[in-house]
Amino acid sequence: MKLKSIFASTVAAVALSSAAMAADVKVGFVYVGPVGDGGWTYEHEQGRLAVEKHFGDRVETIFQESVPEGADSERVMTQMALQGADLIFTTSFGYMDPTINVAKKFPKVKFEHATGYKRADNVSTYSARFYEGRAVQGHIAGKMTKTNKIGYIGSFPIPEVIRGINSAYVHAKKANPNVEFNIVWAYTWFDPAKEADAAKALIEQGADVILQHTDSTAPQAAAQEAGNVITFGQASDMADYGPMPRVSSIIDNWAPYYIARTQAVLDGTWTSTDTWDGIGPGMVGIGEISSAVPADVKAEAEALRDALASGEYHAFTGPINKQDGSAWLAEGETADDGTLAGMSFYVEGLTGSIPQ
Amino acid sequence: MIRFEKRLKPSRATTILTPFVAVLLTMIAGGIMFAALGKDPVEAIRIIFWDPLFDSNFADYSRPQLLVKAGPLILIAIGLSVGFRAGIWNIGAEGQYIMGAIFGAAAALAVYPAESALIFPAMVVAGALGGWLWAMIPAILRVKFRTNEILVSLMLVYVAESILASVAQGVLKNPDGYGFPGSRNLQQYPSAFNEEVFANSGMHWGVITAFIAVIFTYIMMTRHIRGFEVRLMGEAPKAAQFAGVSTTRLVVFCLGFAGAMAGLAGMFEVSGPAGQITIDFNTGYGFTAIIVAFLGRLNPIGILLAGLLMALTYIGGELAQLMLGLPGASIQLFQGMLLLFLLATDIFTNYRLRFGGAH
Repeated sequence: MKLKSIFASTVAAVALSSAAMAADVKVGFVYVGPVGDGGWTYEHEQGRLAVEKHFGDRVETIFQESVPEGADSERVMTQMALQGADLIFTTSFGYMDPTINVAKKFPKVKFEHATGYKRADNVSTYSARFYEGRAVQGHIAGKMTKTNKIGYIGSFPIPEVIRGINSAYVHAKKANPNVEFNIVWAYTWFDPAKEADAAKALIEQGADVILQHTDSTAPQAAAQEAGNVITFGQASDMADYGPMPRVSSIIDNWAPYYIARTQAVLDGTWTSTDTWDGIGPGMVGIGEISSAVPADVKAEAEALRDALASGEYHAFTGPINKQDGSAWLAEGETADDGTLAGMSFYVEGLTGSIPQ
Repeated sequence: MIRFEKRLKPSRATTILTPFVAVLLTMIAGGIMFAALGKDPVEAIRIIFWDPLFDSNFADYSRPQLLVKAGPLILIAIGLSVGFRAGIWNIGAEGQYIMGAIFGAAAALAVYPAESALIFPAMVVAGALGGWLWAMIPAILRVKFRTNEILVSLMLVYVAESILASVAQGVLKNPDGYGFPGSRNLQQYPSAFNEEVFANSGMHWGVITAFIAVIFTYIMMTRHIRGFEVRLMGEAPKAAQFAGVSTTRLVVFCLGFAGAMAGLAGMFEVSGPAGQITIDFNTGYGFTAIIVAFLGRLNPIGILLAGLLMALTYIGGELAQLMLGLPGASIQLFQGMLLLFLLATDIFTNYRLRFGGAH
């Protein structure tokens, strides 16, 4: 009797726990930085948490942080697939070839690669039009600078980053014809020490606005220390540094996309796609413009944001020449996605050359 | 009173025993840390040390991966160990690894898309040459100008990283890559692909070369005059001088050997598991190999085992992160503990514990 009841309760417990364990879909996330980076990876992690919250027990998520690009990421993805993941988001450009390799070995698992250009039947790509946010930043930067020198911390000279520099420059120049951009390449996405050094060097050279395409808050801290220097949150709001030095931000909002794609797997409607969304669909957010920005500049910036969101205005609208003076966009012409995706030239007015 | 008393000779028993004690202590301290993070410590330790080898779901994949991960570590550590035995401190294996990869990949990409059985051997030679050349800089500076090879070799890592970034976006950039940095993928270039020798075994040519290097170095250090010179130089430099050992020759040999091994490791990595030259191709093998060299007591067989153990903590650590949701930093801490306990228990090799007052 006793033995039997123990047996019965064990069976019940096992059944119960396996019922609780059995999510319909398992979703994996591969991160290039730590989840606490306060920037790029942090926002992807917010997306993952939103998926968990939205679906509850129906979806189980797993993740791995600080995964180096290359052979290591291939192993991490394989282990996720072996562990039963149905959908895997690989959230850095350098995961492109590894994602394609692993996807070949697991044709039933769906993959989503951020910011890349290689797709397959079970590999989608997705990215955000961050350059729209850069336009708003550029406008505020041009209006706010007193030294007319704007420092820009680039990560790697890839089209994604160059697009951001060009967009910020075009709009800063429109707001203030005397602006100069000083660009420093950090060759990292996340390295607080290097980012701080870059910010300090730019401030010493007279920049009073620092734009960054790297993920840590170190440049914000450096600007705060220097005083009278403004910055913008990158990837994440970085609101802790407001109202000065952080006057606004570009926020990556992956949650709606991650929820939609997970839903598609649940429904069995997932197909390979290429998504490139901007402010309009909400993938790119503009963080609260702080009290340090004069009301008229704030209103202009918000109007620009809304025009970009509605599609009424394109961030790259001619006339725009290339750095060498050759014509790129004629009056009123807007850039096509193909050129933007592979952008490897500066626009006219920017000094220095893209590292080769 | 407890005190340490220097041993006349390092104890052989403790030399062999302490790494095991260190691993055991790491398991205990790591277990406490995992428990403090709210995870089952026994399960975490089991996932790290047992599951990659024996779990029915993962082992078939992770056992070969163990070799893929350990191969470059062993190859670089073997090269470094010879210099370390002679008191020649090459800290810049990471840079030599990068240069080997660049030279190796460049040799293949220069003739792309030609197919020939000679391409891969040429890449092997180019890779070794790249690492060797990079190591010759600190070697020549030391023998000609008495610079410190520790600083020079370390600083050259950063130079190599800059060269890597430059070629990934410049001369070696994939012309069909839509302007993105990074070379062509050598995995899709049959003549240059460092494929597994046996399918799904993890045994690519780099792993095989690492095993050969272990045997070669073991014989050199125990049977060959050069090995004797290296040991003499490290243990009694004065005596080495009286015996007519040329410091210059030894410095050039040790740095060159380490450079060539690191260069080979880089070349096998870029043509195999990694596949392409990218801006952040290097992930720290050259630095981790220093730990592996010491974990293995600078002994070739020890390094072989240490490399495999290190690879196990990496792969098991990844699994533990996935399965238990452990933070990545806790795995790094776990690996750090291993080194700390190894160094801490090391003291018992050269000292014995004495209870009571002085004699």
